Amino acid sequence: MKKGLLKYLFSTVARMLVLLVAVTLMSFLLVHNAPMDPVDAFLGEIVVSEEQRAKIAEHWGLDKSPAEQYVIWVKNTLHGDMGESRTYHEPVTKVLGERFRASLLLMGTAWILSGVLGLLLGIVAGVYKDRWPDRIIKTFSLILASTPVFWIGLLVLVVFAVELQWFPLGLAVPIGKVESEVTWMERLHHLVLPALTLSITGVANIILHTRQKLIDVMESEYVLFARARGETLKQLVMRHGLRNIALPAITLQFASISELFGGSVLAERVFSYPGLGSTAVVAGMQADAPLLLGIALFSALFVFAGNLTANILYGIIDPQIREGGGSNG
Amino acid sequence: MEKEILLDVQHLSVGFESYNAKVEKVFFNAISDLNLTVHKGEIVAIVGSSGSGKSLLAHAVMNILPDNARTGGTMFYKGELLTPERMNRLRGHEIAFIPQSVAFLDPLMQVGEQVVGTLGEKARTLQQKAFEHFGLKQSVAKLYPFQLSGGMARRVLLSTSYVAETEMIIADEPTPGLDLKIAIEALKDFRIQADQGKGVILITHDIDLALHVADKIAIFYDGRVVETADTQTFRGDGQGLKHPYSRALFHALPQNGFNLQRCPKCGATCATWNVDEKGMRCGCGNS
Ligand SMILES: Nc1ncnc2c1ncn2[C@@H]1O[C@H](COP(=O)(O)OP(=O)(O)OP(=O)(O)O)[C@@H](O)[C@H]1O
Ligand SMILES: [Mg+2]
Repeated sequence: MKKGLLKYLFSTVARMLVLLVAVTLMSFLLVHNAPMDPVDAFLGEIVVSEEQRAKIAEHWGLDKSPAEQYVIWVKNTLHGDMGESRTYHEPVTKVLGERFRASLLLMGTAWILSGVLGLLLGIVAGVYKDRWPDRIIKTFSLILASTPVFWIGLLVLVVFAVELQWFPLGLAVPIGKVESEVTWMERLHHLVLPALTLSITGVANIILHTRQKLIDVMESEYVLFARARGETLKQLVMRHGLRNIALPAITLQFASISELFGGSVLAERVFSYPGLGSTAVVAGMQADAPLLLGIALFSALFVFAGNLTANILYGIIDPQIREGGGSNG
Repeated sequence: MEKEILLDVQHLSVGFESYNAKVEKVFFNAISDLNLTVHKGEIVAIVGSSGSGKSLLAHAVMNILPDNARTGGTMFYKGELLTPERMNRLRGHEIAFIPQSVAFLDPLMQVGEQVVGTLGEKARTLQQKAFEHFGLKQSVAKLYPFQLSGGMARRVLLSTSYVAETEMIIADEPTPGLDLKIAIEALKDFRIQADQGKGVILITHDIDLALHVADKIAIFYDGRVVETADTQTFRGDGQGLKHPYSRALFHALPQNGFNLQRCPKCGATCATWNVDEKGMRCGCGNS
């Protein structure tokens, strides 16, 4: 048992390292081979002499070979220094920290919203399979699942921000307000539309998965037997249904973090929400290598942590794994 | 004195609707025109080859057939029509079902809790008694189905009907995987319960074991009961048996020397012959 745990930890760390190297290397190669020149992107309209350009390039280490640049970045990162963002003129770690907090609020809200809503609607649809509640929920999910995020975002914007004017058009805080003066209500007010958009995109998947899993469970032989023993529909769902959809639901919920990350890039763009997603777009457009690598590293770690959590929870909840060594006593 | 009829199944048919590769609706008939009567105080054993529809009969009575199943015929319980709605009220309280395999246990619920089910605190004491009765350690209650051996799982399934204290028990192959001693013990249990006035349907492959406890043997073939015979007729020379298929089964019993009749023309054993209501004959068209 102990040996198995060690082996698991070891393989997990190894997988994580391989993933991080692969993701950062890919990102590095992408920015390096991107058509835009980082110095041009940095200078914009400003005209400078060749000499000054060379100086800037040297300052950023662009005169070195790509392999050298990457190795230097890895070395510095290991020492906790991820370089300076060329776009924001601030340390990458600081930019990441600020942007991530905004994103976390957005993704966290969307994550919980889509998880709770998806599970509830999925259960209702599964219990009332082929009856009208199921038909409505299923149609709704299928439409959502095939609609792109940005389109939903725009639709939500047009309806709730432009027409009804219930919510602001974008940003995370009111324009021109000092950070320290922003109230929680204001933050929440700005959060609603992007979070709604983001959760809508994830919820369809969770509904459809939960529904199918519950239908499978309700048709299983153990539910047949429970029915034969006189359990009511409510008892069947509460005693056997929920128990048996919990594991796949948890896995799905944590696996959805990666999709959420992808979706947040688009949602943040549509709502000009200053989170990690929109920052990633800026970093890409500006060929801001340190920032982009930082974001790539961070996102990979975050998604990996999500999947790892799912695995660990699975081990804690599933008796088959938890008591795998149990004896036949 | 005529004993009171507990369960009366008349002209039961069970079929399945499905779609073939060409998305055409196809119908598969598994049970047709099946009749079965169970009196109070009686064990009716159902024997028959694999796939003859024994489990389906049990599932049809319990009203737990899948959605694509279509049924016909009528059933009566204690003289009253047994509608699906009435069955839903009776099952678990008046009629207990012992399923055929461990797959009928929730894989994520401890078996002790499953035996107790929704019957409340009273059943918890009964569960402990049941485990003791069937030779299961009390610690087994805390195990999950995947941690049970085949025999342990069988005893857990038996325990579920033990705690239910119903007036009728439908047991689908309750003995495979059990040591002979425990198997006989379990069958004796059914006998005791029958003697208390309950009705028992005992589905089994093992005629020999069934002969020890059953009052009647219903012989299944391809979704029909070819003959219902008193257990006595299976003793002696078996001449009381009416249908050739029953007689063939009788002669194939170990104590009767595993005798299999052969087709005089092609020599095929009767295990491969065609059977209908009137008799059985070899597929070669002779005899
Ligand atoms: N859900 C189903 N859909 C279609 N056909 C089915 C279904 N369930 C059972 N059958 C068919 O009905 C027939 C009878 O099955 P049943 O399970 O009652 O056999 P059995 O007599 O219990 O056999 P065994 O002794 O192996 O348990 C079989 O031919 C089987 O293929
Ligand atoms: Mg069967």
